Amino acid sequence: MANSLKCDLCGKPATVHLTQIVNNKIHKVDLCEACAQAKGVTDPSGFSLADLLLKGSLNPEPQGEIRCEACGLTQQDFKKTGRFGCPACYEAFSGALDPILDSMHKGTSHVGKVPQKALERRSLYERLTRLETDLDQAIKAERYEDAARYRDELHQVRQAANGKSKNAK
Amino acid sequence: MKINELIDAPSELTDTATSKSAVVLMTRIRLARNLARHPFPGWAKEAEGRAVLAACLQAVAALPQMKRGLAVGIGELSELEKQILVERHLISRELSHGKGAAGVVISKDQSCVVMINEEDHLRIQVLRAGFCFKKVWATIDALDSELEENLDFAFNPRLGYLTACPTNLGTAIRASTMMHLPALVISGQMEKVVRAVNQLGMAVRGLFGEGSDASGSIFQISNQTTLGETEEEIIKHLTGVLNTIIEQELNAREKLLEGESTKLCDKIGRAYGILQNGFLLNSAEGMNLLSLIRLGIDLGVFPDSQRALVDRLFIECQPGHIQRHSRRAAEAAQRDVLRGEMLRTEFEKVPKPDFSNAAR
Repeated sequence: MANSLKCDLCGKPATVHLTQIVNNKIHKVDLCEACAQAKGVTDPSGFSLADLLLKGSLNPEPQGEIRCEACGLTQQDFKKTGRFGCPACYEAFSGALDPILDSMHKGTSHVGKVPQKALERRSLYERLTRLETDLDQAIKAERYEDAARYRDELHQVRQAANGKSKNAK
Repeated sequence: MKINELIDAPSELTDTATSKSAVVLMTRIRLARNLARHPFPGWAKEAEGRAVLAACLQAVAALPQMKRGLAVGIGELSELEKQILVERHLISRELSHGKGAAGVVISKDQSCVVMINEEDHLRIQVLRAGFCFKKVWATIDALDSELEENLDFAFNPRLGYLTACPTNLGTAIRASTMMHLPALVISGQMEKVVRAVNQLGMAVRGLFGEGSDASGSIFQISNQTTLGETEEEIIKHLTGVLNTIIEQELNAREKLLEGESTKLCDKIGRAYGILQNGFLLNSAEGMNLLSLIRLGIDLGVFPDSQRALVDRLFIECQPGHIQRHSRRAAEAAQRDVLRGEMLRTEFEKVPKPDFSNAAR
């Protein structure tokens, strides 16, 4: 054979060729027999092409290896398990991830449920922290008029937040 | 509630079946959630894992839906107890093999379960007998929103809920049903159905999830993609596919009744005979015989009142339940004896088959 296909996972000659159409997109995978067995391709009920694509398609060379600053996970670690280390990994590996998401899902943007309360709580928390820092700085710089304004605003935001959480309960 | 009381109490899956659950035994939705700023369970150090477990156990157990339920660390359960929870589809095999930092909270009626530190920090799950996505989604949506009051979930406005595995990203929903498809299996059409369903982007698995076989002609069918569609759209899309499968199954039954009713009646009659008189039954054979009895109920050969019994026995003929029932640990060969004994006793009370509706 002129151009025999190699296994996508280990590079040995491929004997199993799989084509799956998900959402009108064609995905092709070539595997050697050992990898096909190991990945459960021969058992149609327990096989997920998405999992396979995920592990196979991230660049194998760890050139200037990307690493998640928050948890220390490397691209190699991800390749091994197909699992991320922490929520921040999605930022750290976003470059490599986006093309995979496209082949794995219907779209690349979330359109479903949003944790409204948690988001409100977080933005409130951020606003309070910002006001507190501003207040501190204003006091240090002896800008007392500003400080008084920040203090009043802080008071208002805190009161509004308390009222809200009482209503929620 | 203690684990023993929970196991002995009536439950959603074992005691509520009606003729509405003819093809679809159970509807289940699972949502994966993680706490912001904490490493995922598979990557977390032990102390981090334990901190997440403590925070989640407390928040989940405080939910009104979990009142008087069970809340435990997985290490507090014996091997047999864990196996029983797996056989009832309440916890995953992965969780049952979990290390110290995993835990579970189960509601009193066993319809709401939250697994802690499985692949994600939280795996929220609601299951109900029959085909009822609307009700199950409403329940789990409320449960999730209530948890959100006290826990900060990892969420990104563009990518949605962040999960350990990118295949679950976005809505992090898995909606699934457990389907009883004996006529499609008997008529050799199941492979074709699996292929078609896969091509529509849905997954088909055996009774106990990934890699398990389909004894008892029971299959789990679920969505695979989670990003780019709303939860409602995912459920709607899946429901459409499931309705087609139900139709195919009912057509296959009709065809069997038209062309091979004697063969079919023979299978059902023999299943009844073996269940009433057999002495050695492994779980696969037990499941397959029970499957035929269930088909018999759908066809009017046995009264509908027997349906809950069969659905309960689907679960109680599994190895863990057999050992608990007989109050001793038993090897596979010994379990087959115990299973035969249990099924003989249960089937003493089942009335004789009446084939007048099925024979043509």
